[in-house]
Amino acid sequence: MSSTTILAARHSAVTESSGVRRLLITAALLFLLMFLLLPLISVFFEALRNGVHTYVDALTEPDAVAAIKLTLLASGIAVPLNLVFGVAAAWAVAKFEFRGKALLVTLIDLPFSVSPVVSGLIYVLMFGASGWAAGWMADTNIQIIFALPGIVLATIFVTFPFVARELIPLMQEQGTDDEQAALSLGASGWQTFWYITLPNVRWGLLYGVLLCNARAMGEFGAVSVVSGHIRGETNTMPLHVEILYNEYNFAAAFAMASVLASLALLTLGLKTLLEARHGDSLAKGQKH
Amino acid sequence: MRLKPKSALPGFHLALGYTLIYLSLIVLIPLAGVFLKTAELGWQEIIDILRSERVLSALSLSFGTALIAAALNAFFGTLVAWVFVRYDFPGKRLFDAMIDLPFALPTAVAGIALTALYAGNGWVGQWLEPLGIKIAFTPVGIIIALLFIGLPFVVRTVEPVMRDLEKELEEAAASLGASRWQTIRLVLLPSLLPSLLTGFALAFARGVGEYGSVIFIAGNLPYVSEIAPLLIVIRLEEFDYAGATTVAAAMLVLAFVMLLVINGLQAWSNRHKVRHQALAQPIQAGGAL
Amino acid sequence: MNITLKNINKQFGQFHALSSIDLHVESGELIALLGPSGSGKTTLLRIIAGLEFANGGAVYFGGEDVAATPLRKRQIGFVFQHYALFKHMTVRDNVSFGLRIRKGDARPSKSDIRQRADELLELVQLSGLGDRYPHQLSGGQRQRVALARALAIEPKVLLLDEPFGALDAKVRKELRHWLRELHQKTGVTTLFVTHDQEEALELADRVVIMSGGKIAQIGSVDEVYEQPASPMVFDFLGSTNRIPVERHGNHLVIGTDKIAIYEGDHTGHGTVYVRPGDLRVASPDDVGLDAIVRNVQRTGPIVRATVAINSTGQLVYVEMPHLHHDVQHLLPQQSLRLRLMQYSVYDAENTPDGEDAPEPVLIGRERLRLA
Repeated sequence: MSSTTILAARHSAVTESSGVRRLLITAALLFLLMFLLLPLISVFFEALRNGVHTYVDALTEPDAVAAIKLTLLASGIAVPLNLVFGVAAAWAVAKFEFRGKALLVTLIDLPFSVSPVVSGLIYVLMFGASGWAAGWMADTNIQIIFALPGIVLATIFVTFPFVARELIPLMQEQGTDDEQAALSLGASGWQTFWYITLPNVRWGLLYGVLLCNARAMGEFGAVSVVSGHIRGETNTMPLHVEILYNEYNFAAAFAMASVLASLALLTLGLKTLLEARHGDSLAKGQKH
Repeated sequence: MRLKPKSALPGFHLALGYTLIYLSLIVLIPLAGVFLKTAELGWQEIIDILRSERVLSALSLSFGTALIAAALNAFFGTLVAWVFVRYDFPGKRLFDAMIDLPFALPTAVAGIALTALYAGNGWVGQWLEPLGIKIAFTPVGIIIALLFIGLPFVVRTVEPVMRDLEKELEEAAASLGASRWQTIRLVLLPSLLPSLLTGFALAFARGVGEYGSVIFIAGNLPYVSEIAPLLIVIRLEEFDYAGATTVAAAMLVLAFVMLLVINGLQAWSNRHKVRHQALAQPIQAGGAL
Repeated sequence: MNITLKNINKQFGQFHALSSIDLHVESGELIALLGPSGSGKTTLLRIIAGLEFANGGAVYFGGEDVAATPLRKRQIGFVFQHYALFKHMTVRDNVSFGLRIRKGDARPSKSDIRQRADELLELVQLSGLGDRYPHQLSGGQRQRVALARALAIEPKVLLLDEPFGALDAKVRKELRHWLRELHQKTGVTTLFVTHDQEEALELADRVVIMSGGKIAQIGSVDEVYEQPASPMVFDFLGSTNRIPVERHGNHLVIGTDKIAIYEGDHTGHGTVYVRPGDLRVASPDDVGLDAIVRNVQRTGPIVRATVAINSTGQLVYVEMPHLHHDVQHLLPQQSLRLRLMQYSVYDAENTPDGEDAPEPVLIGRERLRLA
């Protein structure tokens, strides 16, 4: 037996033969190709099927522009609110011991377990025409459902846990020594937070915001229930995709979809970059 | 309940107070509303709604397809995780980043893309149609969409545990005379089981409630391919609030049960790997990227 | 600034971390809090700092109760076990942090702050490293940055939690000398926590030995070493031989052999605690322990021997400097008589964990410095 066959034989004690290995890799990649890659490619393919001109037109017509603006506005409100919440929740949960903490963490994660449609429904029940707050809304002439506030609320709900769940484990890992050191040197609570805590979690924070934003811009089910689908007014980008698709205007639907897909790719790219560059400054689960 | 732990760090009351208020206003009170609204109906009415044939078939469709898709994902997800952890091949990093695509891609986009692919004239569908296999606009289409949505849950839960498995375990098994297949079956699989079940449960929980990616490919035929979340939307559009909320309450109860199961599974999974400190941050139902 | 602790109690749930601690530290003293892990020494240090809060009792700085003074106003310099350096700041920014965050008139000018930081870096022998980041420094250097940062706010009290715990043996020794010198220069009241008795004895003016949440003994290095208040203290401060004995009037007996004579009159069971280094070869007409040498080892400047007591067979350890004239008797199988130069006798065989340590009955002290 030559030395290479001996080595190969020994190797196979704890791994598979190269034939099996190749078979498994092929099977896995084929699966990923069919269910991940092809759908992604088809979005861009369908979008450009009728040429660049149609593509540009689809994205620049007034309703499309209004949808893009509304999506930016809604996530522009929802993400910062969830950011502030995430930081406050992480500060309380990670830096202090108190009873009921495990329950609080579970409740923070709750929106992830709720169907998007139900997430929208809960606000219709509260603020809809026959909701609990209907009387108050009629008096004050404030409209929430089928208007921007409803869309923002639904978006906040579905992206609620993102920042908190990234920051809580990260801050727990980091402990409280740095904050105590700053306080012992005479820093106030806010100074400690701004100069010590925030810089320590900045990459984790960015990571959480990135994911939060991707979901905020792409949310469909929850927003669909509260939006009312008024073209040019309460249509977000994903809802606009749906309307165009249902009108058999496939090229335009896929054009808008390709913008959202690009956003997803950008998010994935930035996320991968963050993990590679600042893996040690993220919560453990994100270290690859 | 003593809330204030005496601590040298400031800001506890402010942070916890804000957290609780925001949580209550955005999440807890609106969610409680679903149950309050349902409770306004009598028991008889609730049971009647839930036992109506259309509701029953929608719920069983949602559950059934989610169960099948989660099971398939448990298999393929483990395969994909295994290939990523154990083997090297060109494009591995790119594929690894792509695993998270379903987390990042808006569900509506995934829905229309999958429909375009698997419809009778699509890139994939055109090869299947002559064989008599119809995917789009049938329950099979729903499973396809849920496969897409659920895959990263399994991969991202199993992968870190797999990565932390000590090579020595396998070497020990091999040194004791186990064949490769025996090693995998008797040594590796039991260690992976808790994380595998967690991934399965996460994918299932997400699949039951999924809406955006499914409605385009499902065909939405009542009694055949109409999922429960869609039925809620339809009832709502008919201003049948009682119908919509009752189905929603049923789904919420299921979601809470799943949350408990998943927490239990994760606790079990964590106990299993106390020795390895590089514990994966659990991905929750509905999941972060 | 002197520090007084009165009746400090601390519980974590059901666990009594500290019970009834009283302590007075004079201004300018260098005090070691010494004890095994779990003895409560770090908790006590953190209570003094204001990082932790006692369930009962009071802390006075210069006669003033500091219960209402939050951490940031206590003017203490705290050096954390793992340094807690701000990793996103340069060494100079770390050191000057306490000055930079001051508000209004209390904040020195930018150039003053820089100058002060550089002075401190010089004091801790890190001149020129001001622009580095913590991760670019060695463990010993980080330790000194942490100290410089704590000193920057001109603390009234310096508190160090296991200051050398994470460093290797050589760096530890160097830093010890250096800290002693620094203390002499600055004169700041300093308390440090350690579980290393050698470190405590070498550095401190006074040592507070803690065990099971209580103070087992407070005293100068000589006091705690030569007059240990309890078996626990004796045991903790270095290796110990424990030999069961009978007390008969003014002498200690094993079986029928008199092994030591002391002043006083006691009768009953007891245990002799004697350190390996406090045993010497006796002349045949002196009282002592008859034993036979089992084996001899030399480690560096110390010769260690294991001997077996003739009457009971118990093994006893003996240490002496390699140039000592008794060393010639330490040959395997050699019979010899050992004299107990310095020892303590406690009431009965006790576990040394301190909880129920009895009062020492007597301390036999026979000092006879041999040439």
